[in-house]
Amino acid sequence: MWALIPSIPSIKREMPYRYRLEGVECEECGYRTLPSRMVCPRCGSRKMKRILLPRKGRVLYHTTLHATPRGYEFYEPYVLALVELDDGTRVFTQLTDVDPAQVSPGMEVEVVLRKVRVGGEGGPIAYGLKFRPRLKR
Amino acid sequence: MRKVYVIGSGLTNIGTLWNYGLRDLIAEAGLAALDEAGVDRVDAIFVGNMMSGILNAQENLGAYAADYLGLSGVPAFKVEAACGSGGAAVLNAALAIKSGLFDRVLVIGVEKMSDMTAIEDVTSALATASEAEYELFWGASFVSLNALIMRAYAMQYNLSEEDFGWLPILMHKNATDVPYAQLRFPIDMKAYLNSPMIAEPIRLLDSAPTGDGAAALVLSASESRDGEGVSVELSGFWSSTDTVALYTREDLLELKAAKIAAKKAFEMAGIPSSDLDVVEVHDAFSIMGYLNLEALGIVEPGKAHEFIKSGDAERSGPLPVNPEGGLKARGHPVGATGVYQIVEIYRQLAGRAGSAQVPDPKVGAAMNVGGTGANVVVTVLRRVS
Repeated sequence: MWALIPSIPSIKREMPYRYRLEGVECEECGYRTLPSRMVCPRCGSRKMKRILLPRKGRVLYHTTLHATPRGYEFYEPYVLALVELDDGTRVFTQLTDVDPAQVSPGMEVEVVLRKVRVGGEGGPIAYGLKFRPRLKR
Repeated sequence: MRKVYVIGSGLTNIGTLWNYGLRDLIAEAGLAALDEAGVDRVDAIFVGNMMSGILNAQENLGAYAADYLGLSGVPAFKVEAACGSGGAAVLNAALAIKSGLFDRVLVIGVEKMSDMTAIEDVTSALATASEAEYELFWGASFVSLNALIMRAYAMQYNLSEEDFGWLPILMHKNATDVPYAQLRFPIDMKAYLNSPMIAEPIRLLDSAPTGDGAAALVLSASESRDGEGVSVELSGFWSSTDTVALYTREDLLELKAAKIAAKKAFEMAGIPSSDLDVVEVHDAFSIMGYLNLEALGIVEPGKAHEFIKSGDAERSGPLPVNPEGGLKARGHPVGATGVYQIVEIYRQLAGRAGSAQVPDPKVGAAMNVGGTGANVVVTVLRRVS
């Protein structure tokens, strides 16, 4: 069996982006993305500053998986989506707390911390911000 | 500048080949290519492969291939560019000849997938073509990323489910009489629409199968004409890259790397793309096949399904597409695929494509795509007579 079992240091390293949507903004062209990177992929500038991205957005495109990589069988069928955050930044994520049949383009979503994968028996558990349908408050 | 000629080709059947290991595939295809070229020595070997480390616990593939071909001593390397590994290996071999350092080079594309028996494990291995920490982490399979592109494409052009079925139907039809093809049976629209979803809206019958296989080419700086005075030149080749992660692309439907690689490869060949007589596109999924046709300038955006449905892409049509069945039906042994494509174009131009032969082609091209468009190699071949 082969599977992606993240190490504890790798989980720790990715926490800012996976736990609180820390991203970067290009000071030259305004492009925003996550995780952090040293060079803007759009304009090539190296002036990238860390920012917090908005925690709400809407579904652009989605897919429901009926065959999954090793370690994700537990959630099957689950929905992966390209989500556009309220500031226009695009992120790739898993949707949660939703019936796959109810997901549609434009659906309004918000982040929620969830377990993402378990590293086998006794391995580290990785968490991250998934997206769920926006709750009415 | 020196020219590059194809002087020999070889390939294995594609499928679940229980009796073949990685070394057997390499040896069978490699020796067949050397024999067809009528040579027993080469100056270097380039091996195209994506997943031998994960699937077969075997890296160091250059030396491994040289060893089992009885060619230990020559420089030999593995070239990796995900599903574009085969094309990338051919490109590097051609560069080596252009450099003047090597006169004759063997290229082998190989993938041995069936030793990993659980589908989840193969799915995990294929997903390494995407971004590990921000795509794979969320549970992405390679299929699911292509599914997002297909969703965007269907929404953009208001396409129906049927519209995506025409390509796999044609591919299965083409493969029925290709002796080394993996899926040699026809399918119809009903079968397509009834096939199960893998990652919605991608169905099983949108997807290339997994399989074992190897293909090989001997490239040379000197021409080798056949009895009728025909030789085949690898006259243009280029590669280009795009973001690995899909979510960082501004437009999911524009395969930027594919467009650049195609433009530069045709420029290098000095041949306009309108001169194409036969083409191989990377139809790992129906949507990827359609986007390849757009990137090559063969169809207008959103019109690929009409082109395929019209019959113009059949073997007897004005521009045959994947006459041997493409990735969908000939098969897609990942790192070998790009080499299979070029072997097929070579044999078409040499008039030795057997039952898949299209009428009198003079110019052919292959587009080999790594990831969801992250690394694309385009090669242009020309018949010289």
